[in-house]
Order: sequence, then C-alpha cells, then structure tokens
Amino acid sequence: MNLTLKVWRQNGPSDEGRMVTYKVEDVSPDMSFLEMLDVLNERLILAGDDPIAFDHDCREGICGMCGMVINGVAHGEQRATTTCQLHMRHFADGAEITIEPWRAAPFPVVKDLVVDRSAFDRIIQAGGFISVPAGSAPDAHSVPVKKDDADAAFDAATCIGCGACVAACPNGSASLFTAAKITHLGLLPQGQPERDSRAKAMVEQMDLEGFGGCTNTGECTAVCPKGIPLDTIARMNADYLKASK
Amino acid sequence: MSDQTHGYKVGEPIRDTKAPEGPIEDRWDKRRFSAKLVNPANKRKINVIVVGTGLAGGSAAATLGELGYKVKSFCYQDTPRRAHSIAAQGGINAAKNYRGDGDSVYRLFYDTVKGGDFRARESNVYRLAQVSVNIIDQAVAQGVPFAREYGGLLDTRSFGGAQVSRTFYARGQTGQQLLLGAYSALERQIAAGTVEMHTRHEMLDLVISDGRARGVIVRDMVTGEIETHLADAVVLATGGYGNVFFLSTNAKGCNTTAIWRAHQRGAMFANPCYTQIHPTCIPVSGDYQSKLTLMSESLRNDGRVWVPVAKGDTRKAADIPEEERDYYLERIYPAFGNLVPRDIASRAAKNVCDEGRGVGPGGLGVYLDFADAIARLGRDAVEKKYGNLFEMYERITGENPYEQPMRIYPAVHYTMGGLWVDYDLQSTIPGLFVVGEANFSDHGANRLGASALMQGLADGYFVLPTTVGDYLAGATKFGDVDPEAVEQARDAVQQKIDKLLSVNGTRTADSYHRELGKLMWDYCGMERTEESLRKALERIPELREEFWNNVKVPGDPEGLNQALERAGRVADFFDLAELMCIDALHRTESCGGHFRAESQDADGEALRDDENFAYVAAWEWGEDGPTLHKEVLDYEYVKMTQRSYK
Ligand SMILES: Cc1cc2nc3c(=O)[nH]c(=O)nc-3n(C[C@H](O)[C@H](O)[C@H](O)COP(=O)(O)OP(=O)(O)OC[C@H]3O[C@@H](n4cnc5c(N)ncnc54)[C@H](O)[C@@H]3O)c2cc1C
Ligand code: SF4
Ligand code: FES
Repeated sequence: MNLTLKVWRQNGPSDEGRMVTYKVEDVSPDMSFLEMLDVLNERLILAGDDPIAFDHDCREGICGMCGMVINGVAHGEQRATTTCQLHMRHFADGAEITIEPWRAAPFPVVKDLVVDRSAFDRIIQAGGFISVPAGSAPDAHSVPVKKDDADAAFDAATCIGCGACVAACPNGSASLFTAAKITHLGLLPQGQPERDSRAKAMVEQMDLEGFGGCTNTGECTAVCPKGIPLDTIARMNADYLKASK
Repeated sequence: MSDQTHGYKVGEPIRDTKAPEGPIEDRWDKRRFSAKLVNPANKRKINVIVVGTGLAGGSAAATLGELGYKVKSFCYQDTPRRAHSIAAQGGINAAKNYRGDGDSVYRLFYDTVKGGDFRARESNVYRLAQVSVNIIDQAVAQGVPFAREYGGLLDTRSFGGAQVSRTFYARGQTGQQLLLGAYSALERQIAAGTVEMHTRHEMLDLVISDGRARGVIVRDMVTGEIETHLADAVVLATGGYGNVFFLSTNAKGCNTTAIWRAHQRGAMFANPCYTQIHPTCIPVSGDYQSKLTLMSESLRNDGRVWVPVAKGDTRKAADIPEEERDYYLERIYPAFGNLVPRDIASRAAKNVCDEGRGVGPGGLGVYLDFADAIARLGRDAVEKKYGNLFEMYERITGENPYEQPMRIYPAVHYTMGGLWVDYDLQSTIPGLFVVGEANFSDHGANRLGASALMQGLADGYFVLPTTVGDYLAGATKFGDVDPEAVEQARDAVQQKIDKLLSVNGTRTADSYHRELGKLMWDYCGMERTEESLRKALERIPELREEFWNNVKVPGDPEGLNQALERAGRVADFFDLAELMCIDALHRTESCGGHFRAESQDADGEALRDDENFAYVAAWEWGEDGPTLHKEVLDYEYVKMTQRSYK
C-alpha cells in the first residue's frame, strides 16, 4: 500500500506547530500503525531529518502509553483498539491519513505527538487507592465479594489511563477516567471506608487540573479502547453528591 | 586459572552469607529477627533510590515510603503505571491451597526448584513460596479485582509445570491489575510526600563512593539534562533484558542499561544465558515486525497443541482429519500433556517445525486449537475465560480463533539471569539491591508460569523492606559522597552521549539492534551449540565496532530525543550479548531454558551435568574480559533428579 500522511510536528511546548505531509510507500497490510511510523522514522533519520516523536511501549494495548488522533478520531476509527493495536489492513491503498496529538489544555504537547498526561497521576494521588500498608492485610478469603460486583469492578479497573476520553471530549473532560477508578474501588467492600472522601477528592482534583465538565456527549466511551461505560460517570456523580452533602 | 579459548578468567568462588542456617522453614523468620531495625526518627533522614516502578520497584518504593524512608522513584515511561509488568496476562501463583487439592508452601517450593531445573538457591525459593500467600492478601485488600466464583471466593486455575490449581488471575490482565494496585499504593505515598517521583527519567550510571552504591546519574528525557541523585542505598527494579533479541514479548523500552552499567561498576551478573522462550506467541509476520505478542499460557489449559502428521501439509486446519493430526505434547508427555513447562513446550514446537511439519507462513507455527473446548464448554464459557486474548489475536492476525485454530510459535519472553544477589537481595556492591526480573534469584534455569509476578511482589512488599533496613541501620556512618566519584560517573555518561551523536554514520540504531537480535536468536536462542556460540562471539564484536563507527543518531543532546535513547540501549545490549554467549558457551550442559544441543538424552530432552555445573555462574566485569565466580548450589531438601513430565 502507498499512503500520504499529514502529521502534526511541534518542536517543544512553546513551538507553534504545523501539519507536515509525508509519503510512505510499500506498507504491508499486516503492519501495525506504529510499525508503519517506525518505517517512516527510519527513513527520516537516514535522510538527516528529525524523526516523529510519539509515545508507545507495550505495543499490545495494555500500557496506555500510545495515543494519537487519527483522521480526527482518538486511537483511530477501529473501535475498542489502541493506536498500537491498529493494523494497516483497515486503511485503503492510497489513503490520506491525518495524525495529531491528544489536544486538551491539561495535556500540553511535549513534542510532536507526545503529550504530558501527568494530571492523571495527580487525580489518582488525590484518592484513587485503598489505604492498606504492606503486611497488614487479612486473609484474602475473609471478605467474600459477590461475583457480579467483582466482575463489574474489574471492568471499570481495566482503564489503561491513555487519555483518549479527554482527547475525544468536546469539553476536555476527564470524567470517564476518574469515574472508572471511583467505580472500581467503590464497588468492592474493601473500598467502602474511603468511598466518600475518595470521590470528593478525585473530582475536585480533576477540576483543579483544568479538565472540563461532563455534558453527557458520550464521545469518551465511543473511543475508549477498554469500553469503559458511560454509566460509571453517573455513579461518580452520585458518589460525589453524597460525599459533598 | 584461566580459559583462553573461551576468553574468560576463573576467580574465587562466591557464596551467599545471609541465609541463616537451620530448618528451611525457619530461615526467613530468623533473618527477619536478626535484621537490624532503623529507629523511626532516623528513617526520615535516610534516602533510598528505587529505579523502576513495575511490580518489584512500585511495591518496594511504596512500602519503603510507608515505613518512613525518603524515597526517590524513577521510571522511563510518562507514569509509573505503565511499567512492563502491566502486560502480564495469565496470573500469579500462591500456595494458598484454597482448593484443598494438595498444595502447600512446600509443594510450591518443590515445583519451583524442579521447574528451574535445579539451578536456583533453595533458601530463596522457600521464602518466595512462604510469602506468596501474603501477596494475595495484600492485593485483595488493595482492591485488586481477582476472578471470583459464585460463592464470592477467589477462583484459581492451573498453569504449566504444576498439577495443582494455584494460579490467581484477573481475566487475562493479571499484571495490569496487580500493577495498578502497587501503583495506587505508590501514588498514595507520593501524595503523602514520602516518595518523590521522577517519570521520563532514564538511569544511565551508578555512583559508587567508598565502595558503596550512593546514587544514580539519570537523563531527564524531556529536557535532556543529566542529573545526579544521591542516597544511602540504591534499589534497581528495572526488569528483564529479553530485548537483546530485538524481537521479544517485552515492551519496546525494556532494556539492560541500568543493570549493565551497574555491572560495569562492579555488580556481578549471574547466569546471563538463562533465557525463557515462551511457547505461545503470535508468529512473526514480516521484517518490519517491531515486537512479538504473547498469548497467555493459560490458553494451554483448554487449547490443544497440534501439527499435521505429514510434512508440508498445506491443507487448512479444518480439512485435516483427526487421525492426521499430531497432538504432540499429549503424545510425548502424557502426564502433563499441553501443560508441560515452557522450555519443554517451546523446544517441542521448534522440533516439529524443524521436521517440516510447521503451519502458516514459512512453516514457523503450530496450532493451538479450541474446537474441543468450545464443543465441551460452549463458546460463551470460552469467551468468558479468554475473550480478550482471542480479540487481541484477531486484531493482530485478522483471523478468528473461534473458527480456526490459533497459530503460535515460541518467542523470547523472560530472562532468568540478572544481577547476582544474596538472600538479602543485595548485589556484590554494598548498598545496591536488585529486585524483580532484574535479579537472578529464584527461578534457576527456567521460570514457571505465574511466578514472576509472585517474585516481583514478594521482593518489593515483603523481602526488601526488611533487608534494606538491616543495611540502612548503619547509614549514619556512611559519610559524604565523594564528589570525584560523581564527576567521573557524569563524565562517563556525557561522553557516551556525545559519542553516539557525533558518529553520524549511515545506519540507524534500530537496524543494528535488529541484526544483533537475529544473530542472538539464531546462535544463542532456543538451541545453542559450541559452533553457533563461537560464531556469535566472533560476529558480535565486529558488529559492535561497526555500530560505534557507523551509527546515525539524529538530533541534539537537549530535549526529547527518542533515537538517542534507543541508541544508548542498543550499545549496552551489544556488551550484554557477548557476556550471554560466553556464559552459554562455558555451560556445556543443558538445563531449563539453556539447551546445548551437545547435551541431550536419547529422547532429545535437556541433559544436565550436575557434577560439573551445579552452580550459579556469577560474572565480574573487566576491561579485558569477564571473570567467572561460582556459587555452588547445595540441595538439602529437594533431591536433584532428571526432570520428567512424562
Ligand atoms: C507479555 C508478558 C506476559 C507476562 N505474563 C506473566 C504472567 O502471567 N505471570 C507472571 O508471573 N509473569 C508474567 N510475565 C513476566 C512478568 O510480567 C515480569 O517478569 C515482571 O512483571 C517484571 O517486573 P519488574 O518489576 O521486575 O520489571 P518491569 O515491570 O519490567 O519494570 C521495569 C521498570 O524499570 C524502569 N526502567 C527500566 N530501565 C530503566 C532505566 N534505565 N532508567 C529508569 N527506569 C528504568 C521501567 O520504567 C519500569 O518502571 C509476563 C511478561 C510478559 C512480557
Ligand atoms: S477511560 Fe478509556 S479512554 Fe479514558 S483513559 Fe481510561 S482507557 Fe483511556
Ligand atoms: S503502546 Fe501500550 S497501549 Fe499502546
């Protein structure tokens, strides 16, 4: 396959940035999207040009490090798929593909397609945990958990912290990410003692970081590679309201 | 003494002096009691650096922070939650015996020693089995959503190399859930101010002053600045070095840089050649391939491995009748069948492919077939258990494993070797501790499935916090760090960076890495011979020389420069590759994941040579070649036998 890429290039946070066009030839349909970029980068290096900076690590859809807006959609049009798991067989020969970084004020661009998502860590720091020092835990079977609750908690816990939800949201809201953690821990008996304080602190931190409010557009869950459902946000709001009373 | 032909010297034997004597079940208790304690008021004045935020480093940093030490934590990703532990799929072992199926601490200990082909230290393995039960308790209390049964209790499954069901799991994402548990504990400590986190920082050297590890030199990967961080002890938790093969199931950033540079500063490297090749990975599809993807071994619980009976049979799987299929694992190993340990399953796959019976492009694949499981349990049940793995397979290959069998092939997955540590997890450099996959400690020559997560968390939550305390009890007497030592380490780092950027040759670092990886796979991979290893040892220095004269690394030392990061890692892989081959060449026996074609029994199984090789090979670095120090392994409890899974 032969492709035309339009890629966002930005040399650091203070640079203005612009779209640059590249032609990539001989792309195999079995390549992953990132492998296609690897091929382009190898060529750029040999030509003495600056290769395109992008984040990635596991390349199997679990670490949450990769993420680009591809043809206007966070992680591309293939549903429930991270950028690294997207394969070229889903593009047509001759296609033109635009590639941009996550765009949201709390995620400043570091370089090209790399953004700073440390705001997510600070939301977790605010309360995304159960306080249990090592060595003090009771036997794991001392508290049975209903299978349905355990399964639902697991589903919410699968969030990989990629930030696609924020990039897709017209308000730049981090509600889906935050709600996923609040739901995961709030569904488990172990998470009950800190449930209120957790919801309150995490929501407040989210606002403090400059993420927008949720207006239920559902764009987040549509792009979420892990299919975190929208009703987690309703749950978060209920927990937050209860905690704020 | 020296061995000229192998290019190494033999030095004094080495020995662990920290494991207490006496009955094995009492040793950890004894050590915990004999370990000195640090007065809580002093802890606040003691600094500990932890490099790495995977299961081992994340749990260690969080726990040390909880205990009141001043901790600095480093990782190369943009957040600690992305460490490669996140990718572990299948599960974590623990001797809980919740099933009442005959499991016990002793059995887990026994299985691990045997699975490791009698090349691990008994005391360490026993302790691992003991604390395994606490790990599950800790994780559950943190909110790790393990799979549960309808009664609300934890579910378990069986894994390769064991006949009991002791593997706890969270669908196909056990590593993710455990890491998020450790990460949340770490973030809690960051919020509490006990841990200072440095993301996107890569460790490039170790500072040694007065014979003790006292700090690290790191590069801020965003600004390019070279920074010095000093402390009273340094913990390396930087993971495995499987990426020396370029293609592996490791994340792209996994590297040997931190442990290699510590090795060059005096930490001995143990058993570098022990590599685990995982039997169930998605086969290579083309030369642009950037990594390999594992399909969890748990799939072997229900999937049946087979190839056609006839060579060169190109019919579709569905068109090959039952009697023309060879379920070779079930045939050769009736007792364990599809659940034989990894090294055995991998080699068996290689053998049938070498016979010309492999399937898929290039004949480098075998089938992993779920048709029977789907017929027996129903598609829904199979989907519940393995749904996400099936989806991943389909995403990558474009084939639907519910309708046609998966194609799998072995791939490099885990490295049992690593920096040598004693029972306290301390390396040969005082004050340098090594935990998780980065050390060599518990798995001998072959790691059992679901035991790496167990080891990483055992090290970080339970072992290190005790043993590092014993060392730090003397911290007030360590004195100031020698400024010259710092300068020297910084200079070394700076020179390396300048050199890489100035070569301006005609090949990329990645292209060298690919070539090195292929060479290692061909000559020091699943099967090694004296001839192949000698070839590798001839070729590696040539290729390294070419790399340093012809690599092209674009850009500046300042700012984000991913090509520079990669080139630095490749440079270290060259040096490590050489040591791996020397180690593999010197060990003329086969054991676990190290298969020397010259040493096999009549059935083609690995043949150990206990008389000559029942030791850990600990290598000391030297300008003019390495020196071998042997740690003799005694087996007081488990009788050394030839492993049999038949
Ligand atoms: C695909 C896959 C599946 C697996 N499945 C299982 C399983 O089911 N069960 C099981 O028990 N084991 C499994 N394993 C093995 C297991 O996941 C690993 O051995 C284990 O997680 C390693 O943990 P760690 O903490 O030692 O290192 P990692 O999790 O690899 O963490 C390394 C850390 O070090 C940091 N780092 C590395 N180098 C530097 C540097 N130079 N400077 C600064 N920071 C650095 C990284 O940023 C990272 O934070 C699997 C492995 C793979 C690859
Ligand atoms: S909720 Fe989904 S899109 Fe948002 S960070 Fe988590 S995994 Fe990514
Ligand atoms: S690189 Fe890890 S999720 Fe894509």
